[in-house]
Amino acid sequence: MTALLPTRKDEAYRYADLDALAPLWPVAVERIVLADGEQRALSIIESGQAPVARELAVVLGKGARLDLRVLNAGFAYARIAVRAELGEEAEFIFGAAQLANGQQVQEIVTEVLHAAPGAISRQTVRSVAGGQATTNYLGKVRVAKGADGTDGEQSVRAMLLDRTAKANAKPELEIFADDVKCAHGCAVGELDAGGLFYMASRGIPPEQAKALMLQAFIAEAFAGAADEEALLAQALERLGEVL
Amino acid sequence: MLNIDNLQATVADKPILKGLSLSINAGEIHVIMGPNGAGKSTLAYTLGGRPGYEVTGGSAMLDGQDLLALDPHERAAAGLFLGFQYPVEIPGVSFVQFLREALNAQRKGRGEEPLSGGEFLKLAREKAALLRLDMDMLKRPVNVGFSGGEKKRAEMVQMGILDPKLAVLDETDSGLDIDALRVVGDGINAIMRRPDKAVLLITHYQRLLDYVKPDFVHVLAGGRIVKTGGPELALQLEEEGYEAVAA
Ligand SMILES: Nc1ncnc2c1ncn2[C@@H]1O[C@H](COP(=O)(O)OP(=O)(O)O)[C@@H](O)[C@H]1O
Ligand SMILES: [Mg+2]
Repeated sequence: MTALLPTRKDEAYRYADLDALAPLWPVAVERIVLADGEQRALSIIESGQAPVARELAVVLGKGARLDLRVLNAGFAYARIAVRAELGEEAEFIFGAAQLANGQQVQEIVTEVLHAAPGAISRQTVRSVAGGQATTNYLGKVRVAKGADGTDGEQSVRAMLLDRTAKANAKPELEIFADDVKCAHGCAVGELDAGGLFYMASRGIPPEQAKALMLQAFIAEAFAGAADEEALLAQALERLGEVL
Repeated sequence: MLNIDNLQATVADKPILKGLSLSINAGEIHVIMGPNGAGKSTLAYTLGGRPGYEVTGGSAMLDGQDLLALDPHERAAAGLFLGFQYPVEIPGVSFVQFLREALNAQRKGRGEEPLSGGEFLKLAREKAALLRLDMDMLKRPVNVGFSGGEKKRAEMVQMGILDPKLAVLDETDSGLDIDALRVVGDGINAIMRRPDKAVLLITHYQRLLDYVKPDFVHVLAGGRIVKTGGPELALQLEEEGYEAVAA
């Protein structure tokens, strides 16, 4: 841990709100260590008024499974960074949604290391930005030498509600092993105009139509979570304000 | 019920509807036929208020209400239903949720009480059965993974649930096999053939008209109605082609 505030030159802080980050610096690392075969589900919901920055260091033992979900639904800068090291045949499920408006910056930064053979990582990140807000996802999947049979997946999508909103998405792969299955998809877009008109033609007002579509969009990050309902309920509440 | 007078509309600054006039009374079924690119879908979308379809002149009244002054969702609440030539897929939103919100939004717009979950499901089940669509299909996301024919039947289920005054059905018969055509035709009759309702059917083929007997048939070409007749006009068009008949 360093006391020096990062700069834009640090790849992981390229799009960060450094002014908001300064008073939070240095960020204490929260360690999450799962023993061999251990299974855990964890949800992080940020919904407050104050800026937040969190740094999670996850270590998964052999055959361990962590299901981690993150909802950035607060009103200020929010940065959730997760470093995860996966042991043999460990499984890391990561689902995150962000909802930003105004001048807000929200970001999810992940670095997943497949350190041993046969581990699985599945990341799903869904971001919604309105107004002049910015959402970021920087996600690196690294596959160490010898980590054969790795299965890594990143599905990253962002939806912009206004022309002034921004989304940065950067999924990255770094592979030093053979026989690896890694897939990433990444898309930044707007709500489908054809779908919105279809809904309107059936009598659904525009705001409600957008909310329905965004609800489905965000739900992809929380599918199968232990706290699925709580996460969705909180997301919907924030969605009402972002729209 | 529907009075369209000298309607003019552009798409991407290109004039498509060039003074189209048409009146439909309650209890009537009208058919519009016409060559590809004539402006049939443009007419449907313009009546529905689709963004990008700009009205540059004329008027369209539904039961004395200025349709063109309303937002698309308000037109639905006023009693207009659009059957899409290409129904849209909406991932992650189930038909049941979509239609329940649609119906209740319409009812709210008309100052009526919302339907409860149970009441709605009963209605949906009844209309799905009418169109021989498995109720389980309505639990799936809107139109996602539906075949062409299933999408068209689902359009008619939606029409049954929303119970409009006027249905504008854009090529509802395309993509249907013979059996589905009969089911859809029977569905249109069951839902819409009533003294207080009317239908504007856009089609290329006479075959749907074997099941849904029209009162009037119009030929749309070059953005206008160029000929109007009875059911026999559809037969004549099928035999002789648009050019010969509408010239
Ligand atoms: N989105 C669009 N952008 C540009 N031109 C369009 C668009 N939609 C329709 N048109 C044009 O408008 C004309 C009428 O199209 P359409 O109403 O779809 O005809 P029809 O349904 O009778 O086959 C065609 O010349 C078509 O190319
Ligand atoms: Mg058409």
